[in-house]
Order: sequence, then C-alpha cells, then structure tokens
Amino acid sequence: MIGRRKTPQRKASARPSRTGLLNQLSGWLQHHRLSAADSLVRVIENPGSSLLTWLVIGIALALPVGLNVALDNVSQVSDGWESPAQISLFLQDGAATEEAQQLASELAEHKDVAGTRFISREEALNEFRELSGFADVLANLQENPLPNLILVTPLVTLDEPAVSALRAELEENSVVAEAVLDMEWLQRLNTLMELSRRIVLAVGGMLVVGVLLILGNTIRLAIENRRDEIVIVKLVGGSNGFVRRPFLYTGLWYGVGGGVLAAILVSSALWFLEDPISDLALLYESAFYLSGLGVMGALNLVILGGLLGLAGAWLAVSRHLVHIEPQ
Amino acid sequence: MITFDRVSKRYDEGHDALREINLHIGSEDFVFLTGHSGAGKSTMLRLIMLMDRPTRGQVIVNGQDLAAVRSRGIPKHRRNIGVVFQNHRLLFDRTVFDNVALPLVIAGYEHREIGRRVRAALDKVGLLDREWAMPKALSGGEQQRVGIARAVVGKPRILLADEPTGNLDPTLSAEIMNLFEQFNQVGVTVLIASHDLALISRLRHRIITLKQGYLISGGAQ
Ligand SMILES: Nc1ncnc2c1ncn2[C@@H]1O[C@H](COP(=O)(O)OP(=O)(O)OP(=O)(O)O)[C@@H](O)[C@H]1O
Ligand SMILES: [Mg+2]
Repeated sequence: MIGRRKTPQRKASARPSRTGLLNQLSGWLQHHRLSAADSLVRVIENPGSSLLTWLVIGIALALPVGLNVALDNVSQVSDGWESPAQISLFLQDGAATEEAQQLASELAEHKDVAGTRFISREEALNEFRELSGFADVLANLQENPLPNLILVTPLVTLDEPAVSALRAELEENSVVAEAVLDMEWLQRLNTLMELSRRIVLAVGGMLVVGVLLILGNTIRLAIENRRDEIVIVKLVGGSNGFVRRPFLYTGLWYGVGGGVLAAILVSSALWFLEDPISDLALLYESAFYLSGLGVMGALNLVILGGLLGLAGAWLAVSRHLVHIEPQ
Repeated sequence: MITFDRVSKRYDEGHDALREINLHIGSEDFVFLTGHSGAGKSTMLRLIMLMDRPTRGQVIVNGQDLAAVRSRGIPKHRRNIGVVFQNHRLLFDRTVFDNVALPLVIAGYEHREIGRRVRAALDKVGLLDREWAMPKALSGGEQQRVGIARAVVGKPRILLADEPTGNLDPTLSAEIMNLFEQFNQVGVTVLIASHDLALISRLRHRIITLKQGYLISGGAQ
C-alpha cells in the first residue's frame, strides 16, 4: 500500500498544488511505482517462500515449453526426411544380377524418378550380417534368402498419389516381385507428432491452470496476512484499486520470476542434451543441430509468466478483497 | 454539515442501536456525543462514515444524501472525513511517518508535499521527533496522537473521534481535547463520542446525549 522506504524525499517532479488531471495522473503513477517497488521488496524479503513459488511456476511453464521445443526439433528432423520417399523393388528370384542392374539404370531415366540404387542380394546379405549380429546364424544358411533390390527415389516434386501411382507402375514390371513404398512409417511418425503436440497442449493447459491456482492461493495468503492493513486503508479512504495494486504487482513479480526460471530451466536442459544429440546426428550423417529457445522464446516465456502472475493475482484479489470491509 | 433525519439502525439480531434520531450539526460546530456504553455513539459515527447504512431515515453529510453514495463512492466520501479510532488502528509494521502519510498517499499527493504536510501534522501533535519510530515503541497516548495526526493531515472538513481519550490520564486528555479545539478554530467540524462527562462538561460545547438508541438531549441547537 504505502511505501516502506524510510526516505520520503524522493526525486519527484515538484508540484505543490494538486488540482488538475495532471496531478491526479502523477499521483496515480507515483502509487504504481511505490506499489511495484514495495511488492518487489516484500517478495525479495522472503527469499525462501518466493523461491519456492518461482520454482513451482518455473517448472510448470518449463515442462510444456521444453516438450514443445523438443517436438519442434523432431519435426525439423522428419521434415528433412520427408521429401525422398523411397520405393523398394524386390526382384524375382529368377532375375539375373545383370538384368537387374540394367533395369536400375533404365529406371533412373524414368521421368518421375530422381535416381536408383541397385543392391545385389550378396551386398544385402553382407550388410544384414554386419548390422544384425546374426552372422553365425546366417553362416549356417544353405543359400542367400534375400532377393536383389532396387531402391528407387522418386522426384521430390511428386505428391503422395503420384508416388503411389509410380509404385503401382513399377510393380507391373515382370522382373519386379513386389514394390514397397516406404512412406507408412513417415505417416505414422507424423500422426504421432500431431498426437504428441496435442498432448503437450493439453498438459500445458492443465499446468497453466495449476499455475493460476497456485498464484491465486499465494496472493490469497498475502491478502490474509495484511488484512488489518487493508481494513485501515479502506477506513481512511483507499479505493479498491488502491488496495488491489500492490497485490497485482506481487503476482506480476512471482510470474515474471517464474518465467525467468522456466527460460533458464529449458535452456539448461537443451544445453545438457546438446552434446549427445550432435554425436547422434554425426552417426546418422545428419546436419541436424539442436535449436534452442532463442532470445524471443525466452522473452515470451517471461511475458507469459508475468501475464499469468497478473491473472492469478487478479483472480485472488477479485474474490477475496471485496470481502474485507471495516467493521 | 451533518444531518440525521428520523434515522433508525437495527442490527441483524433485531437489536435497535438507534431509534428515530433527528439531528443537525452545522459547519464548523464542535459537538460532543455522549451516553452510556451501548447507547449508540459508535453506531452514529459508523453511519456518518458509511461503515454501515441506516435501516430507516436519511443521513446527509456535507450536502450529500448518503443513501445516494454507492459502494464505489465510499472511498471518496471517507477522504473528506478524518477519523480518530478508539483502538488507534495504526499500521504496526510502518513508521509513524508512513502511518500519518497514508491518507495523502491515497489521495495521490506528490512526495515533497507529503513530507511537508506530515511533518506539520506531527508537529501539531508534538511528535515531530518520533517521525521514524515504529508505533509499538510509542505509549498509548502517543499512538493516539499519531492517529489524530493521520486524521487531520488531509485537512478534512469533518473530524470524527470515537473515545479519543479512552485510556489517557486527565492531563493528556485535556491536551488532546485542546488539540481538537484548535482544529475546530481553523474551520473543521468536530464530532467527538466520549463518556468522560467530567471532561466534556468542563469544555462548554454542545453535548448530544444518547440513551438506548434514543436522542434525549442536545438534538436541536
Ligand atoms: N455489528 C453489530 N452487530 C450487532 N449489534 C451491534 C453491532 N455493533 C453494535 N451493536 C449493538 O448496538 C448497540 C450500540 O452500539 P454502539 O457501539 O453504537 O455503542 P456505543 O455507544 O458506542 O458504546 P460504547 O460506549 O461501549 O462504545 C449496542 O447494544 C451493541 O451491542
Ligand atoms: Mg463505541
């Protein structure tokens, strides 16, 4: 309510008379400054409970925002994969390797095809042996069970139905036993991503409501603690707005502090993950790098925190302050 | 300045605190309000400052019918009235200076002006040297004087006091009454509720007497 600084003389514009709107305004601004400073001092004077409130808000905000940043990164990766859908042509057992190689180079000329790669059954077996670790089992096999394979990469410009049509056309070829379009997993991934986004959104929504309730409760306690003071201020003519102001600022400081903590939490989590992820990216020969929160993202978090703080304080204040009337 | 027109106040439990009160207090008057405990003195003051509304009748303060003042208008109404409470009602975590400054901060005065006026008010009640003390460090009489300084610092046109000399020794009581008279001399309408008959009868001001909610003397001038 009123400032607790013990120096009443502060640098303020000298205006002895207080008639006119301008003076009203400057008085109003002065009380805003006083309330903001006084609330901040109160928040800082109780570092224990304030830190706890900040942490709760920070974690609640960091969780959905961090997950969202993670999803952004995953979709950045999958976007990179999206364009070259691949058609695997498994060739008839009877087809000779030369015949298959010829087909591969013929198909490379096809108007819808960007390129082809021929993988002979021996190559395929070797690769499988190395990757699977089933070398011993494979050694016991009488003959190579794998077919010759041509990997066809359609033009990037083709849309999904066109790629499907191409697959059907390639399957017509008498040498081809089966043509498989490797796009399903991508669709699955996309569906999964969409689902995850919605889950993050729902979780985020719930956490926001939680933050509002926590803030509301914190402010309610602050109001209870200063009940006598509120009564006195109302008795000497303090308006509801005047009484409300310091509590709104308290909410704002809690929210802003929580937002700053959330930004720090998300950034440190990303920093913590950066090394293993770039190692992983290197393994997959990907140019992928982890994109972080950014200055704007951090700023938005702080603003979001501040707005939530204000909203929570407003909730508490509008519910509890009107009931405190001098008796 | 203050008019009561057939004012009755019945509390929820069915107890009549005021019954058909007719009363007029002129501008710049100095009036005592007396009567036994429970006679309705505090209730009258509460109606004037809109801490409560009458059950029946009309209260007019400074030309304004209080029935027309909505809850939004109450703060503005109270800013025109200085009140000294029986139990001081000070902010105990604020300095004497901040306590006295409160009405000025609420009214939106500028800092330098606040400092000037608060010191003038504290000087009046003889507490200028205790400016930065906390109320807990003051005696009962000193706390009462802080309350008086807060009531007059905003230069209200009306000053209400509920048992301002409640637990003070006779010398201090007389001093405080003298203070109220000084404010009255500069044009403030003063209404003091008190049952210290010995003190108030010596002061030769108009005395309104209440008994069980009835006004039994001093209603008309
Ligand atoms: N909030 C309330 N609810 C119910 N009854 C009340 C309330 N306030 C006062 N009363 C009753 O109204 C009557 C008048 O009370 P009031 O406080 O006006 O008396 P008073 O003259 O100020 O007495 P005192 O000298 O003891 O302060 C009393 O009988 C009291 O019990
Ligand atoms: Mg009383």
